[in-house]
Amino acid sequence: MEQGRKSWTVGELAQAMGLETVVEGDSSREITGGYCGDLLSWVMGRAKEGDAWITVMGNVNAVAVAVLADAACILLAEDSPLDDEAKERALSQEVPVLRSGKDTFSLAVELGRLLGR
Amino acid sequence: MNIKLHYDVPGDDFTRAGEASGLVKRKLKQLGFEPDVVRRVAIAMYEGEINMVIHAGGGEADVEILPDRVTVVLTDHGPGIPDVEQAMQEGWSTAPDNVRSLGFGAGMGLPNIKKYSDTLEIDTKVGEGTALTMTILVKG
Repeated sequence: MEQGRKSWTVGELAQAMGLETVVEGDSSREITGGYCGDLLSWVMGRAKEGDAWITVMGNVNAVAVAVLADAACILLAEDSPLDDEAKERALSQEVPVLRSGKDTFSLAVELGRLLGR
Repeated sequence: MNIKLHYDVPGDDFTRAGEASGLVKRKLKQLGFEPDVVRRVAIAMYEGEINMVIHAGGGEADVEILPDRVTVVLTDHGPGIPDVEQAMQEGWSTAPDNVRSLGFGAGMGLPNIKKYSDTLEIDTKVGEGTALTMTILVKG
């Protein structure tokens, strides 16, 4: 796996990490960092624009937080479900939602390696 | 440019919370505001909307967009905030469990609003309601 690039598109990341694409959204969005967290206000106050946000929260408010905080994508850890309303919102707002069976820590480590952190 | 927008924020409907801030975000983007300004307005306003849904049964949002500033006024007729100083502390929350299970109630709402706005005024009266006035300046 190619590592240490400064940025990846969401589509490239999904392929490199073998992630399931739940909602494709804007897969050309650039990922420049990462953030982990499940408390929505906490995430909204601290995640940066272009972050891949790793979480277990798959509700409609998580999608709103991703939009408002300008996260590049939502990455659902441990096969967390994306509920129907959230899926609909993600589709209409073009928010990419990816999923993996791995836990948050493992995903963060992998993402960090890919981003050369 | 002087654009005024008004939205009703429905109470007890978490699926619609964020609609108004999403629309304002889009509008500011269209008008060509800096991404940082757009993001700060969107986050501060969304936190305020969520607070109105959790605590006050909804309310109203009035937004004024000027070239050098964006002002958001959120007004509700909820229970009011008995101790504003306490409510401003990170981590302090009175949100019920069902709200926490949605990922809210971290006690970051008002602190986030303060963090992302340049000025924040809280006018609250127990038993009558709360009005938040947040201003985000466009730094040239």
